[in-house]
This record gives sequence, C-alpha cells and structure tokens, in this order.
Amino acid sequence: MSQQVLFELNNVCKYFPASKKRVVKAVDDISLKIYKGETLSLVGESGCGKTTLGRTVLGIYPKTSGEIRYKDQSTDHMTSAQKKSFQKENQMIFQDPYSCLDPRMSIGSIIEEGMKVHFQMSAQQRQQEVVRLLERVGLPKEMLSRFPHELSGGQRQRIGIARALATKPEFIVCDEPIAALDSSIQAQVINLMMDLQQELGLTYLFISHDLSMVRHISDRICIMYLGAVAELGEADEIDKSPIHPYTQALFSAVPQIDDQNWSSKRIKLEGEIPNPINAPKGCRFCTRCPLAKDICKETPPKLEEVRPGHYVACHCWKQTGRK
Amino acid sequence: MENTKSYVPCQEDFVIIGCDDAATEQMPPVSLTYWQHSFRRFKSNKVALVSAVVLLLIVVMTIVGPLMSPYDMEVVDLSQRNLWPSATYWFGTDQLGRDLFSRVWEGGRVSIIIGLLGSLIVALVGCIYGGVSAYFGGRVDNLMMRVVEILSSVPHLLVVIMMSIVLDSSSVGTLLFAMCITGWCPVARLVRSQMLQISRSEYVMAAKVMGVKPLTSIMTHFIPNTLSIIIVNITFRIPGFIFGEAFLSYVGLGVQPPATSWGALCSAASLNFLFYPYQLIIPAGLIALTMLCFTLIGDGLRDALDPKLRR
Amino acid sequence: MSMGNILEVKNLHVSFKSYAGTVKAVRGVDFVLGPQQTLAMVGESGCGKTVTAKSILRLFGRTSGEISKDSSILFHDEELLNLNKRKLSEIRGGKISMIFQDSMTSLNPTMRVGKQIAECIRLHNKISREEAMKKACDLLRLVEIPNPEERLKNFPHQMSGGMRQRVMIAMALSCNPEVLIADEPTTALDVTIQAQLIDLLRSLRERMGMSVILVTHDLGVVADFADYIQVMYAGQIVERGTKEEIFKDPKHPYTWALLDSIPNRSQPRKSRLYSLKGTPPNLLLPIEGCPFAARCRYCMPVCKKQAPTETSFSDSHRVNCWLNHPMAPKDVRKGGGAQ
Repeated sequence: MSQQVLFELNNVCKYFPASKKRVVKAVDDISLKIYKGETLSLVGESGCGKTTLGRTVLGIYPKTSGEIRYKDQSTDHMTSAQKKSFQKENQMIFQDPYSCLDPRMSIGSIIEEGMKVHFQMSAQQRQQEVVRLLERVGLPKEMLSRFPHELSGGQRQRIGIARALATKPEFIVCDEPIAALDSSIQAQVINLMMDLQQELGLTYLFISHDLSMVRHISDRICIMYLGAVAELGEADEIDKSPIHPYTQALFSAVPQIDDQNWSSKRIKLEGEIPNPINAPKGCRFCTRCPLAKDICKETPPKLEEVRPGHYVACHCWKQTGRK
Repeated sequence: MENTKSYVPCQEDFVIIGCDDAATEQMPPVSLTYWQHSFRRFKSNKVALVSAVVLLLIVVMTIVGPLMSPYDMEVVDLSQRNLWPSATYWFGTDQLGRDLFSRVWEGGRVSIIIGLLGSLIVALVGCIYGGVSAYFGGRVDNLMMRVVEILSSVPHLLVVIMMSIVLDSSSVGTLLFAMCITGWCPVARLVRSQMLQISRSEYVMAAKVMGVKPLTSIMTHFIPNTLSIIIVNITFRIPGFIFGEAFLSYVGLGVQPPATSWGALCSAASLNFLFYPYQLIIPAGLIALTMLCFTLIGDGLRDALDPKLRR
Repeated sequence: MSMGNILEVKNLHVSFKSYAGTVKAVRGVDFVLGPQQTLAMVGESGCGKTVTAKSILRLFGRTSGEISKDSSILFHDEELLNLNKRKLSEIRGGKISMIFQDSMTSLNPTMRVGKQIAECIRLHNKISREEAMKKACDLLRLVEIPNPEERLKNFPHQMSGGMRQRVMIAMALSCNPEVLIADEPTTALDVTIQAQLIDLLRSLRERMGMSVILVTHDLGVVADFADYIQVMYAGQIVERGTKEEIFKDPKHPYTWALLDSIPNRSQPRKSRLYSLKGTPPNLLLPIEGCPFAARCRYCMPVCKKQAPTETSFSDSHRVNCWLNHPMAPKDVRKGGGAQ
C-alpha cells in the first residue's frame, strides 16, 4: 500500500453526555486511515456510530479525545487559512433529500453558497459555474431558478451533490446518500458518484447500511458495531471471506435476488443491538455472538491484522476465518 | 392478440426507438418562489380572503369614518342625548350627546393601532431574545429561558394592572408598555425552538461544513425560515392585544376621555345597556368582528405558509 | 387457481382529490389471492402499491380517497366495497388485518402495549379483560418477544423498532386473520432485524395458515418471502408471476430495470448500474399509450399510441408490454444483471 494517506484517525473517541455521569460512547477508540482516491465504506446497524464518526472526521462534532490528522497535519492546531482550505477540500452529502436543501432558497443560490465563501468570483462567473455543475449532475440549467419543493427526491439528492462539488473538494463524506431513494433512483445517484470519483479523483467516506450497494462501490469496507470497528479490510476480502461473526451474520442477512435457490442459509442473530449507554464490558458483540466464550465477556478484543490490510477485532477469529 | 380499440398496429410500429434521455428529466412547469406559492394558497382560501376584505374595510373606515360624519367626536350636545341610530346620527349618540359614528371609528383607530403596534413590539423583542438565546446556547440559553419561565408564570393581567397603577398614567403608550412587558415571552420561546430546529437541519450543517460564516448563515437560512412562523404568530397575537386593550379600558385602566377606544365605548355604554343597547352592541360587535377577522386570517396564513401542509 | 380464492380484486380504480386536481393513483388493478399464498406488490414510491393495499380495507384516513363505482373487491365472494361501516370494521382487524411501516405512529404512545393488544382482542371477541391479557401474552410469545410478561407492561417508546414491529404483528394476529396485509413492514429496520422479522412472518404464515399481501419496494425482501409477485407502475400492474418467473425470466422492461438497478454479486465491482432516466408519469394527467414508454429503453412507436394488453406466458405469468406482440423484435434484452 503505497497510497497517499488523506486522513489518519488515531484513537478517536466521541462521547455524548446522556445524563449525570453517564456518557454514550458513540465512537470509541477508532483508528483508521483513509487513502486518497478510495471509497471507504462505514457499515453497521443504526446506532453503531457510523454517522457520528463521519461528522467527527469533518469537525462538525468536536471529538472527545484522540487525533485526526489530515494530510499529515493534526486538525487540532490549524491556522485559520488551513481551516479554510480544510473546509474547501472536505464536503458532505446528506441522507435526507428533503431537509438538506433550504426550502426558501433557489437551486442556484443553494449551489453557489460554498463558492461565495471560497472563491473570488463575479456573479456572472458563479452563474456559469452553477450551470456547469447542474449539467454535470445531469440536470437542465433551467433548474437554476427553481425551488427545492418543486423537485423529486433524486433530483434533490443530485443538487446536494452539486452543492458539495461547488467548492472543488477532494474528500466527501456521503452520509447514507441513497437510503431515502427508490432503487432505480439509487442506481442513478450511485452511477453519478462513481463517475465523479473517476473524473475528479475524489475520495469518499461512504456511510450506509445497504450492504449490496456497499459491496458494489467500495474499495475497502469498515464494519462498525456499537461505536467500535469490528472488521476492516479490502472489499473483496470482506465480501468473500468475512472473519468477524458479526460481519458474517450481517452479510448473510442481506436477501439475495440472484441466489438460485433462495435457500435461507443465513446466520440468524438473536436479539438486538444493546443500548450504547451500558454497552457490554468485554467484546461489544458478545451478547449476540453465536461463538461467545468467557473471555469475550471479560476483555474487549483488540483490532488485529490477520492478513495484510485486513483487521479484525475478535477473540475467536481463528475459528471463524477458516471457512 | 386482438385489439379491441380502433387503432391497429402495423409492422412499422415495432421498431425500437428507445427513450429520449433529455426529454424525460421532468421539469416543474412553473417556478414560484416560496412567497408567491404561499400567496396563491392564501388566495384560494375563501374564508381568509373574505376576512381580509372585511378587515380592510374596517381599517379604511377607522381612517375615513370620522371625516364622513359632520359631527366632531368630542363635541358635547346635551340636547341630543341618547338618540337611537337615525339618518342624522348613523349610530346614534351617547349619554353626552356625542355622535357615536365618529366616536366608534376614532376608537377603532386606537384599538387597531394598539393591536398592531403591540404585537409588532412583542414580536421584535421576542425574536431578538429568542434568537440570542438559541444562538449562544448552553448556559446562556438555560439562564435566559428560566427568566422567560419566571416572567410568564406571573399572571399577565395582574402585571398590566399593576404597571398602569405604578406608572400612574393611562396614555396609549403606557397601555402598550404594560401589555408588552410580559407579552414577548411566548414569542421568544417560539423563536428559540424554531431556531434550534433549523440549526439541527442538514442544510445548516452543510453550510457549516462549507465554512459559511455564522452571520451569513443567520441571514440566509435562519431568518427566512423563521419569518413565516413569526408572521403567523403576529397575526394570531393581534386579537389578544385588541381584547386586552378593550378589557383594560372597560375596567377603567385604559384610554381616558376625551380620547376613546372600543373598550372605553363599551364601558361607557354598559351603564345604560338595558335602555340603549345599540351603544354597546356596535363597539362590542366591531371588537368581535375584528378579532375574528385577524384569527381567520392567521389561520389562512398558517395554512399557506406552513411547508409541512404543502403537497 | 380460481377455486377457493380468498380475495379477488377486479378493475380497481382509486383517485384522490388534491388542490392541483384529481390524482388517479390506481388505474385498473386486478388480482387474486389464494389461501396461504404470499403476494408481493413491488414498485417505486407513488406507483399505487400502498393505495391498492389500503383500499382493500378502505383505510384512507382523512384523505379523500375515492374508489370508483365499477371496482370490485371480493372477500370470500362478498363485496367489501358495499359493506357498511360496522360490517367493515368487523372484517378489519378480524378477518383481514394490516401492519404498517411506521410502528411508532401506529401504536398509541400513551398506552401500555399489553393493554393495546388486549383492547384489540376484546373488540372482536367477547372475553374478559384477564383472558384478553393472557391471550396478549401468548401473542407476544408467538411473535418471539423475550419475557412477554414483562413486555406487556412496556410503553411503545420503551421498545426498539424491531420490537414494536413485532407488537404490531401480534396485534394484527390477535383475531387469527385469514389475510395479513404488510405495508413495507421492514423498511425502517436494520438488516439483521429485517431478517429476523421475515423469518418470523414466514413461520407465522405456515403456522396460522394465512395469506399475506406484502407491499414493498425492496426486491430482496420479495425474493426472500413471496410466492407471487406483481410489479406495479403508475397505478397499473405491468408484470405478474411467480417468484421464479419474475426473477429468472422477467418479460417487462420495467422489471428488467428494477432488477438491473440492484448491484449484483456477479457484476464487477464499480461497474455502472442500470438506472432509469426521468420520473414516473404525472398521475394528475391521463396517460396515453404505455405509461412506461417515456422511460423505456425499448420503446417503440406503438407504445406511445396505445396501451398494451396483457399477454399470458403461463397460468401465473402475465405481462403488459408490446414487446411480446408477434410483430415485435425478439430477444431485445441485452446484457444486464440477474438471469
């Protein structure tokens, strides 16, 4: 792996106060690297902290502890000029196509919002740029003067992408960008995102719970469970030979439409994701894990590199990895 | 396969032409800004429209009404006391022989001005207070909201009565001051909650990610999105002020003679209500009508401006 | 097929009045549901699948949904559309019950779930409170909720989404319905919970011998659970068939598009997915020709002139598309995902 590291997260934690003396460990001690030009997917059930991690990376939520390095520089002590270029180079696409656009602004002014901050451009130049972006995401330029409530969900999501592109970013956090869309529209948005990545060399942090889509578009996949990384590795490896029992269960739970016999050979997980306020003491997954042993209930497993680039946090990985 | 309809397909009809990609991207046919759209909706609401027309008529009458009558509102003519409505005195006269027609419209002017001014002041103060509270958040917010809670737990009318006694004057200004001193609390709460809701929305987060400065964000996102709610709130608050003024004048704490208002007129007429009911019915009816109009308009505005009710 | 159909829907037309005009949401839907079958209705949002399901029980709430006069919905040969309110509410929740996507708003937040289920039972059966409570407990056990005695005392907000959906299912099952209509039952849930619920529904269907109408946009769930599938577009059924027929031998371009837009394991990673251009037709306007023509990759001149009629490929597999006309070109579908 000689790729350039864009983001480096070292032991990042994000706790939210829940009540007196109690905290929700939404993101707990996560270390990972994001390489330039890749698509890294964060996958997990709701409440696993994937959205929080995405927002913490961009600094929307201040982190509780740990270090986030961007281009070999800590994000803690940025000068205001560095901060500005950080904001220019890192953007976000949101889940809800209805609340991510200000209902009182025209499409044109929504897209040029970021340009106004980061570029010295005349109104005419901005207008040209907005038209170019609109056409890039496949919308007619007449859309410029329209308002969000007049557009369909897929069109709104593409406006959201155009807005993120307006500052010419390098890295985009995509927070469940397709979860609220119909499957045929999902494909449209995903195609657009893949094209843009090739064309502009974008790096994506793709947050999703749709495993079939994740499998399709990612270079690497990071499985999260209750605020911690369960497994991290190349998409092919995670897909073909998952090691962590949670990953195995998660992938087997995805209904297959191309399965020839529709046999249900899935690993059934009992119970539900525990409340993060009182997460299990040892391995977080031990309450639902079919392989749980005594050690799992006592000590939390460390993230180990089991193969080059393939990390697993499980005491029992030797058992499960054979399959 | 038979075709029951008139058209019989021929061979030329079965060539794949595919779809025209550009043509299928549906465009909304007309583009309306938020306010244009809202105005359309408001216009389609018959009840609100009629109320608006009636209200406009009342307002116009409070301006031109006194000029239409040949009698001055303050001139006392003891020979013409307590006359029933007639061709000379359209609304009759009061117990001092003053022309009720000009008095009713003069009084209406005071009542409506108090209603409008009062709710505007309240809205302004409430917006600033609520906005500041929501913007700073945390401890400041906590403290400011406790203050609001304390203020709004004091009975509203009691404060007003005390204020007009303490200040020992009963001009329109005092009346307004007394009524506004606690009246802004609900507006402050409303604005704060709306602001918090907006600050959690994804478009504000997007602006933050892009590095848009807080002040710009307030101008472009917060104010436009709160405005509609405030407008509706102002409309709903006006009747309260009109009624408050009427009530205070009725109990004798409001506008003092020779100036008058609908409340003062009702107060004066209530003594002889059994003998000269018209003296009470006309101003009281106008109070009720004006309040009803404002409430119905407020309803219409809320339906027109609330994006959640929009298709 | 025709013998012993539980539910028969004929020529169903449903329209809604909005301030912009009349939305014709369902435009002539026919289908039958046999005993112990699972029928899935799939399609994009706004294609009329939910409206079709709701019109069976006339559950339109306050929106003024109007079912046209010549529509017919027969339940055991009894016309549901002519029933009066009292009769209808006997059927609702009794013989036919429904579960919804949003379990939070479908349960009363101020009432303990046990009481809610018991009330539901007592509506249709004359039994005492205690007996109803006991039955509620059994129902919770049936839907595999751990320690049901404790859970009876919970309020809806104390439960997770998956649990609430189970409570909803328990309520729907309280009177041993013959038909269960499930409107996007798993959409809001995580995959592992979704898998649990589908397994539960499948085992309940076997145990209680009921038929299920599943409304969903998730083809994965359909593949997992359904026997028969009907694909809906713009208020019409464009293709219907058994699960095998639809997934292995789809005949309608819209079904192809739906299947191809889902990433497939056999496709290379990061390859382009097939995506439908444009948006579904405006349901306020009358549709001329085939409703899908404007977005169809294989559109022909005839498609814009006249609506196609249904072609049968087997007892169950029927398709509404001109491509199946003898004059049409053969085997047009090239490449693409699921075989």
